Amino acid sequence: MTDKVGRSGQSRRGFVNWILSTGVGGLLLAVLYPVGRYLVPPAAGESTASTVTLNLKPEDVAPNTGQIFKFGSQPAILVRTPGGELRAFSASCTHLSCIVQYREDIGHIWCACHNGHFDLNGRNIQGPPPRALDEFAVNVRGDEIVVSRVS
Amino acid sequence: MIALRHVSCASLLLVGGLAVPVLAQQSQESCVTCHGSFSDARLGGPVRAYTEDVHAAKGFGCVACHGGDALDLGMTAMDPAKGYVGVPGREELLLVCGRCHSSAGFMRRYNPALRVDQVAEYRTSVHGELLLERGDERVATCVDCHPAHAVKPPSEPTSSVHPLNVAETCGRCHADRDYMQSYAISTDQHDKYLLSIHWEKLSVEGDLGAPTCNDCHGNHGASPPGVTWVGNVCGQCHSVMAELFNKSRHSQVFAMLGNPGCATCHGNHEIKPAGDEMLGIGEGSVCGMCHAPTDAGGMAAAEMRSLVDSLKFAHAVADSLLSKAENAGMEVSQAQFELSGATTALINARTGVHSFAVDHVREAVDEGVEVALSAQARGRSALGDLRFRRLGLAVSVGIILILIAGLVFKIRQLEPAKARQT
Amino acid sequence: MNTRKETLSRIGDWLDDRLGLAAVGELARKKDVPQHRHSVWYYLGGMTLFLFLVQVATGILLLFYYRPSAEDAYESIQFLMAEVEFGWLVRSIHAWSANLMIFTAFLHMFSVLLLKAYRAPREITWISGVALLGLAMGFGFTGYLLPWNELAYFATRVGTNIMEAIPLIGGFAGHVLKGGEDVTGATLTRFYAIHVAVLPMISALLLGLHLYLVQKHGMSVPPGVEREQGSRPSMPFVPNFLLRDLVGWLTALAILAILAAYFPFELGEKADPFAPAPIGIKPEWYFMFMFQTLKYLPAHLLWIEGEVVGILGFLVAGLLLLILPFLDRRSARGESSRLFTWIGVALIVYVLVLTFLGYTASPTQ
Repeated sequence: MTDKVGRSGQSRRGFVNWILSTGVGGLLLAVLYPVGRYLVPPAAGESTASTVTLNLKPEDVAPNTGQIFKFGSQPAILVRTPGGELRAFSASCTHLSCIVQYREDIGHIWCACHNGHFDLNGRNIQGPPPRALDEFAVNVRGDEIVVSRVS
Repeated sequence: MIALRHVSCASLLLVGGLAVPVLAQQSQESCVTCHGSFSDARLGGPVRAYTEDVHAAKGFGCVACHGGDALDLGMTAMDPAKGYVGVPGREELLLVCGRCHSSAGFMRRYNPALRVDQVAEYRTSVHGELLLERGDERVATCVDCHPAHAVKPPSEPTSSVHPLNVAETCGRCHADRDYMQSYAISTDQHDKYLLSIHWEKLSVEGDLGAPTCNDCHGNHGASPPGVTWVGNVCGQCHSVMAELFNKSRHSQVFAMLGNPGCATCHGNHEIKPAGDEMLGIGEGSVCGMCHAPTDAGGMAAAEMRSLVDSLKFAHAVADSLLSKAENAGMEVSQAQFELSGATTALINARTGVHSFAVDHVREAVDEGVEVALSAQARGRSALGDLRFRRLGLAVSVGIILILIAGLVFKIRQLEPAKARQT
Repeated sequence: MNTRKETLSRIGDWLDDRLGLAAVGELARKKDVPQHRHSVWYYLGGMTLFLFLVQVATGILLLFYYRPSAEDAYESIQFLMAEVEFGWLVRSIHAWSANLMIFTAFLHMFSVLLLKAYRAPREITWISGVALLGLAMGFGFTGYLLPWNELAYFATRVGTNIMEAIPLIGGFAGHVLKGGEDVTGATLTRFYAIHVAVLPMISALLLGLHLYLVQKHGMSVPPGVEREQGSRPSMPFVPNFLLRDLVGWLTALAILAILAAYFPFELGEKADPFAPAPIGIKPEWYFMFMFQTLKYLPAHLLWIEGEVVGILGFLVAGLLLLILPFLDRRSARGESSRLFTWIGVALIVYVLVLTFLGYTASPTQ
């Protein structure tokens, strides 16, 4: 009788210890997994709200062309002037927020919605846009193009 | 009379040419010496006001316009023989001002970019025609908009012809019911303009490119735009709409009916921001002014409205889904970026309405709806990821609960029931 | 099997020789916790300590991504929430745990107050505890601004303005704290330094003192229980009390996880110093009773500004609270001290009522 109680007591003790060790292990995992994932640098590297590295090589951008890229959650336009300089502006037209495009035939940044024209300094030169496009700073770092907000 | 005028003009020209060297030698003209001491506003006012005048800044003195001899200290300075003209008559002003301002050779020396056709333009204006053909001296001439002795360039904010002040300057006559009584035109343009989107852009947003009176009516050649060319005037800025409109059937029909193009729907002075409610045949719509709900035009209007509304709705749903997901800390910037394409499509669709062709609008709407729907899908899937988070949470809480249970068992083992009861 | 045990015990001996582990073990074995009807309040200190450790851990994690400048602060947290995996979780736990910690710290203080646990020889334990609560509120005030969002910005402006009303030193202190005349990026940098370096350092020292004193004097038994005759049961701290503590901590952890997942802390709009202040700016809830008191004070009391009177009142009240053990002579002698029980109850009621009013009264009145 006492032997039986002793044995069931022992097995219960073993069970409780098993629960405890499993639980502690599980808890450690549940804490360490998020922490580990947290510390791994995210794909974007750093906040794209003020700086973005384009998925483009500088030599792949021909003179007198422009292209739209994502700056944070907003569209922006990268232009290489006929003179070979890289410039970037917000691509949201200052009139009604349509996305602007580069017109190779006239060398303007152009909004198709209401025929707004901007020159290659982003200045509104024709049509309804009331303000110039916000300009971003463009830097070439090795074979990367880095666009950042001018503060 | 004409001969006399020619003589005085010739002498004026001579004096005008001499004005600068004379001033360089002598700091004060004899006119200023006497007139400056008069407290009377009529006699002394011009001298005091003139210090701010752009002409004074360029070195022109009184005699440049009034003639006479600035070196003569006596009353003989104002001898007509010395080219003195006194206060120029209203018609005479064209000659006084035009003497320099119509001369490209002269103006080049002071402001090469300034046009020299103001007087020529003025002759074609309604003001000019009334003055020159009917001798009506109540109409505006040079000094009514550019006050004599206080002329300032339009770039100066205190100038009467600075974009922000033009409406008030024109309104001084045109908003005065008594003054305008004999001309049989309305006097509410000024008040109406102040309610317009153009004035709001100009005054509130400070967009000096936004139009004021002279941008549609011309300045020196001021006249109301003709019925058939209203579109050209508005099209200066709103070129896409103007182009679509000019190609549309409405442009000819409006011309036939004598409707003033753009102004038929948008009004003229009191132009309000265009909204979707103007489209269709419901309340507040402008199509319904001519079209019945059942005629072809009415049905097209209703269809265009429902197309635009469908895109607007799809866009709004996508936008709210995305911001909901963003607030929950989900990464949706790519979807938000793409959604700006739908914004563009929506603006394009609204612009396209001016073609009055359903297919034109449908094209833009279809494109936008596709983008908006894909953004919606991304938003939903981002919110779906939230559920995944909750699953992870449930697992962790489960583990914690198991651990708590284990601890409770452990405590019971340490303190058998009997021991705890005592 | 045996060899492994031997190796372990040899390592243990080696460490013991150098670290004195046996003495620590002996201390732990000897420590016990009195058992009586008020024992439940003993858990609050440990709970606060646990939440503080959560704060330290999550705070360090946040440092990996946070950038303390007006230009970058908001964006870096946006990035943390959206792009960094589990960033939302770390930030939400930090924010929730901060609130829970201050809540349990308040409860801990009030329980100590009502059970007269501050009486001799625990005066310094009490003083360090009140100071720690003050530091916790300082953590809250400085940490609230760090996301650089609209609400935090304006709440901080109001908060620092109130501080500047303190006569003589207020203006200068406010100027130093804000790093200028107004709340700007300079303030953010200062608050950051205070939040992650100055306060943690002072807290660590005070906390060490507090815990040492708790260890030295053991748990206080309320005078009422002490006066009762008969033997008092007690419970060993290790493992019985510690296991119960662990149950509490795990429960807190589960609650934190649920709060973080279901009510993640939103970031709101970025602060714009030139925008008009939004209607009904509210401070953090633990400042609410003070904020609301200042609102109810008339413009002038006698010849002094009402606000100044209020602030001086709170300063004096805080000071009295700090030296409470020296005021309560009866408790110090082990007699019952009704007066101070009632003062404690009045304090709790006052804080509760004004906090309630702060959240229900119309902000435009």
